[in-house]
Amino acid sequence: MKHTFNAVRIILLIAVVCALPPRASAQSNAYVITHAKIFTLAGNTIEDGTLIIRDGKIAAVGAGLDIPAGAQVIDAKGLQVYPGIFDSITQMGLREIGAVSATVDSTETGNYNPDVVAATAVSPSSEHIPVTRAAGITEVLAVPGSGGFDSGGSSNVIGGQASAIHMAGWAIEEMLIKKSAAMVLNWPEIQTQTFDFATFSRKEKPYADAKQEYDKQVTEITDWVERARHYAQVMEKSSAAKYDRDLKLEALAPVVRGELPLLVFADRSREIRNAVEFCDKQRLRMILAGGEEAYKVKDLLRSKDVPVILRPSLSLPPEEDDPYDRMLSQPAELAAAGVKFAFASFDNSFARRLGQNAANAVAYGLPYEEALKAVTIYPARIFGLDDQVGTLEQGKLANLIVTNGDPLELTTDVKYLFIRGQLTSMDNRHLRLYEKYSKRPKAQ
Amino acid sequence: MRISPLLNASRLRTPFLYFLGVLCLVYLLVPAHAAAPPDVPSVIVIQNATILTVSHGTIEHGSILIKDGKIAEVGQSVNAPKDAQVIDAAGQFVIPGIIDCHSHIAAESINEGSVSVSSMVNMAEILNPEDIDIYRDLAGGVTSANILHGSANSIGGQTLVIKLRWGQPAAKLPFEGALPGIKFALGENVKRSNFSIPGQPKRYPATRMGVEETIRGAFSEARDYKKAWGDYNKRFAAGEKNLIPPRRDLRLDPLVEVLEGKRYVHSHCYREDEILMLLRVAKEFGFKVRTFQHVLEGYKVADELAAAGVGASTFSDWWAYKVEAYDAIPYNAALMTRRGVVVSINSDSAEEATHLNQEAAKSMKFGGLSHDEALKMVTLNPAMQLGIDKRVGTIDVGKDADLAIYNHDPLSAYAVVQKTLIDGRVYFDRQRDIAERSEREKEKKVLIDKLKKSAEKKPEDKKPDATVPIGQKPAEKKPEVKKPEEKKPEEKPKPPQSNGADVAAAAVRPGGAL
Repeated sequence: MKHTFNAVRIILLIAVVCALPPRASAQSNAYVITHAKIFTLAGNTIEDGTLIIRDGKIAAVGAGLDIPAGAQVIDAKGLQVYPGIFDSITQMGLREIGAVSATVDSTETGNYNPDVVAATAVSPSSEHIPVTRAAGITEVLAVPGSGGFDSGGSSNVIGGQASAIHMAGWAIEEMLIKKSAAMVLNWPEIQTQTFDFATFSRKEKPYADAKQEYDKQVTEITDWVERARHYAQVMEKSSAAKYDRDLKLEALAPVVRGELPLLVFADRSREIRNAVEFCDKQRLRMILAGGEEAYKVKDLLRSKDVPVILRPSLSLPPEEDDPYDRMLSQPAELAAAGVKFAFASFDNSFARRLGQNAANAVAYGLPYEEALKAVTIYPARIFGLDDQVGTLEQGKLANLIVTNGDPLELTTDVKYLFIRGQLTSMDNRHLRLYEKYSKRPKAQ
Repeated sequence: MRISPLLNASRLRTPFLYFLGVLCLVYLLVPAHAAAPPDVPSVIVIQNATILTVSHGTIEHGSILIKDGKIAEVGQSVNAPKDAQVIDAAGQFVIPGIIDCHSHIAAESINEGSVSVSSMVNMAEILNPEDIDIYRDLAGGVTSANILHGSANSIGGQTLVIKLRWGQPAAKLPFEGALPGIKFALGENVKRSNFSIPGQPKRYPATRMGVEETIRGAFSEARDYKKAWGDYNKRFAAGEKNLIPPRRDLRLDPLVEVLEGKRYVHSHCYREDEILMLLRVAKEFGFKVRTFQHVLEGYKVADELAAAGVGASTFSDWWAYKVEAYDAIPYNAALMTRRGVVVSINSDSAEEATHLNQEAAKSMKFGGLSHDEALKMVTLNPAMQLGIDKRVGTIDVGKDADLAIYNHDPLSAYAVVQKTLIDGRVYFDRQRDIAERSEREKEKKVLIDKLKKSAEKKPEDKKPDATVPIGQKPAEKKPEVKKPEEKKPEEKPKPPQSNGADVAAAAVRPGGAL
């Protein structure tokens, strides 16, 4: 019975969504959500609240607001409104099927590619986008060159520019929040063991050799940064005609000017410490990505004000003798130490597990509101997008979700989803296949 | 995810850390909770719990009486003797221990990938009771697991069901009386679509057509072999003298057991066509497929699965990591259930197994299954699929006291396992684990300091030559090199991690082919 009821609800919902014009028009660009419990995440929760959307933005949010004429009204009695979920590391649109290289555009050849930009290769019609959107995720960071399942085992040192995108749009121009939101740097590691694909076996390397290789890579990175700094000075002081243009150094100029943050991938405490010290010395803005052992350097991260994009809490500990819940309890430990962090899926297929990961961190001690903020306003703040998304405040983009419960819980449904003020369809590949095969006549 | 740290298997990067690694290994071999399996109080009573029996509804403020490892009574009140050990579970939820129908923990290796029929190898012979993942999964409420061979071969190795008796020797892990199994595999992994191993020639089969013929060929041989033995036994029984028995074939013996219904077939599969193919082959040769594993397109042929009476053991929401997983939908479990298939949710990953309760819960959201139906996906249904439902899978009198106790409704992302019992013994206790941590840290520090001191005295030990052989040991503890390629595609979509398994996952993706 419940199944039938749900199916009916889903069909009704689709009918409602389909009935509404997909694009803004003079008449339909205003929506009003009434009688909802509104979690603004900007300090207050409104019990019987009204939220008005106009021209893509939140025009007003509060209790007992007047409903503007001509607006479409959504009676959300019994429902809850939250800012849309922000997944701050994905390969969204850059990878469709991990095993098929023709569908993968996430990692460019070569070690130093600061000039490549994720937005260039994001496929707006990727099936991952609507599937992920149905989980309430309204914006993501598409991150290039950070390895991943699709990279064939390689990641660059400087991987390129990550783009912040809306999870809806006919073309990338409509999806862009910020084309260049961060520069990817994969911090090198001292590796005494490597896997040799040519012989399909593990190779041992003396520590001294591994250290030498590591030092060489750090020297290279330093060299790139110093060259970029010089280049930026030349750019500033000379006219363009006076110097040879270098696209890679030009791309790094905002980094050395401190305008563009470095998204630095590192997991082990020694590498994290080295990366933080490097960025500090070079006066670069650092965001740590990964951070499996961030808890070991939490004081350093707090004192240097380095925020962390954490790997999924649902991960096994890096060491066999770590407590079994090491990754689950780390977020609580970081929060208590005053380290800023956000959650991310680091993936596409598993992006819809973002809320689940946040909830699991709550189960192991993280205050609930911190978990909610770590998938909304915190990532927005970390990437400097909090003037546009992350909370429900007047003037921000209307990226929001209307749910029948806690958006981090496994069984909660997203009932309505707005991106840039547009009521956006939650139809997706999975729902379509489900409906198609639900209707299969009984097999002969 | 960067590949480099993943490949850096043991992550031991300095001579000192090599020593540390050795220490960790030594330490792991003798952790307090591993060395001594828990004592068995003959009588335990769990009180004040919300008991989700799975078989007969929910009992609020109920009790479970455990005697000699079995459930003796369950209900609002039980007749507990005065000397019974009491577990007060006020505000907590008790469910039958979780059963993982697809696991690769506790195994020294996973794939014998050199041949297309590797039925001669047996997972039972390579159990590793010290695999830390046993403890981690136990901490996720798992009490039994189906330990499968990998998916490198159309017909893979022999498999077995174990109980997660952490701290017991290998001989004590097998689930007594559970019918053994054999792993089959269809599709991209066996035809090696997504990778090649350097130096190895291309192997038959390379198409789904060839997969069918590989299985038909093997069973054709097995049938002849069975007949030869049957004829021999008949003539022997008739008293015929000077008979030469047929030559024993270790590869065909387990297939004969399949034909005789003494060994379950657990077949890895994805696409609807290959699912129906194996059902046709099974019919042709007169054997049964016990479970289809992964079976991500099972929802397309749910009626056929139901008619064949075959179980389906699937993922909650993995998809798009390869072409045959592109039509995977999170509604699969619910849709198959609605069409009458017995469905379980499995892990295929030591990490995923730590939250199978949550994965089961997703079938309520995707497809609208009831709370009871969802819970069955990781308890009664896998028990039925593995033929152990007379012993485990529900909370009923006479069954094994294999139980998981949570602090919240287990079908929630906020639920944390507090205790896991197997055969009435508390094998995992969260409070005890936490309480022991500082002791273990202290013990570790003492050992490290001791080694540091001896390393200072003998500086030559720091030479790479001296440390490499030692450093290899911790790596051997990890499963990475031993978990070969073909199994990995299933684990690939996991969110990036840095455990040993991922090292293997990385290792099996040469050239981005996967």
